Amino acid sequence: MSGVRNGVVSALVGIGAWWLVVILAGLPPFILPAPDRVARALWTSRETIAENAVVTLVEVLAGLVLGAVLGALTAIQLALFPLARTLIRPMLVFFQAVPVFALAPILTLWLGYGIWSKLAMALLIIFFPVTSAFYDGLTRTPQGYLDLARVMEARPWAVMLRVRIPNALPALASGLRLAAVYAPIGAVIGEWVGASKGLGYLMLLSNGRAQTDVMFAALFVLAAMTVLLHTAVDRGSRAITARYAPDHG
Amino acid sequence: MTPAPAVTVEGSARLGQQPLFPPVSLRLGAGEWTCLLGPSGVGKSSLLRIIAGLETGIDFTGHVTTGDGAPLAGRIAYMAQSDLLFPWRSVTENVLLGAALRGTAPDRARARELIGRVGLTDHAGKRPAALSGGQRQRAALARTLMEDRPVILLDEPFSALDARNRAAMQSLAASLLAGRTVLLVTHDPAEAARLGHRILVIDEAGLREMPRPEMPPLRPVSDPATLEIQMALFAELGRGAE
Repeated sequence: MSGVRNGVVSALVGIGAWWLVVILAGLPPFILPAPDRVARALWTSRETIAENAVVTLVEVLAGLVLGAVLGALTAIQLALFPLARTLIRPMLVFFQAVPVFALAPILTLWLGYGIWSKLAMALLIIFFPVTSAFYDGLTRTPQGYLDLARVMEARPWAVMLRVRIPNALPALASGLRLAAVYAPIGAVIGEWVGASKGLGYLMLLSNGRAQTDVMFAALFVLAAMTVLLHTAVDRGSRAITARYAPDHG
Repeated sequence: MTPAPAVTVEGSARLGQQPLFPPVSLRLGAGEWTCLLGPSGVGKSSLLRIIAGLETGIDFTGHVTTGDGAPLAGRIAYMAQSDLLFPWRSVTENVLLGAALRGTAPDRARARELIGRVGLTDHAGKRPAALSGGQRQRAALARTLMEDRPVILLDEPFSALDARNRAAMQSLAASLLAGRTVLLVTHDPAEAARLGHRILVIDEAGLREMPRPEMPPLRPVSDPATLEIQMALFAELGRGAE
């Protein structure tokens, strides 16, 4: 519970500092609106913000699920087949080196202005952390477990399914924790590049109309969404770690 | 269980360019406990792993043969110093691990009976993290018994336990594994003196068989004859260190 209390205290301090800067520097609202102004914008534009927030949330969740599934499957392929390691790993590193931001216009060109280009962005941005975390876990099966499986004449699929994957689940969980923070970034970048809905789109639109207070309100909702998502994934990850690696919890 | 065969491993081993041990011939008597005693790093675990068909990281030239001529594959159960219990499986599920890995039907009634014989009935549904070190090694013993193999390879399975638990586990293992061909690798002369039908010492100089003790195992810890064997083993280990 002290985590919640610390969060509240630090939010209050942040809001206070924000307010102080606005008053002391005499900033006009279209540069930096005061917290009360943003709160009012959050209330008056609540329907618009909610509509767009749902769109972004769907993009993020879909990207997260797809990215996690594809990342996990890729990691298993990498762990199973040496050929996959030779072929796919350099590709993975290459795609990780290309900034996803740079791909956004291309993805919008290919996949259009709808949900697919945002989903692809979210997926791309989380694919690498999920894959590499899970693959690392899969390659770190304790030798003793593998020896025991060998003497027990385990079938190869059973070694993967019953030994290596369960043992690597805590590693996958830490990959997913990262993914929960990255996925909204991907979706919002996608919305900036080309969209007609979503929080990223709303922020860009408000910016163009000098409605800085609405922009901040949207940003606030986006941040809150990301924190909630991260908290949920973190809870799940802890449960997995407690069950599959209690000695390292 | 099929009749327990004698097992012989013959050969020599090198670690890179260094010879690890000169040519040795280690024979495990059918249905007997053979204790292999020696200091760390002389390859006693490697010999056990060679019989088990596991990676050793050493260059071994030689072969493993059985008294009945049949291959060893599928006739071995293995227990290590670490209990190797899977933390995400309950005690019962750990005991049933072999069936799960082979994709065969689990014999739950037998698992329950074996868990009872190692004294863990009240803990059958618990995960390993909820057990003490001694209880965990009992669960590992039940898993080993569940495999019902005629040849049992024990790689210092009791060395991480405190003295009382170790003595209790020795007695339990000796009674439950009786009649099987057992190789026990250990660095504890007292353990070898209690448990071995035959006791061998291995070090850089090679493999030496100690005189066969008259009293059959399991020998009482404080029996003068047991202590005499133990002292002879200490002397033999000391001789190798000179």
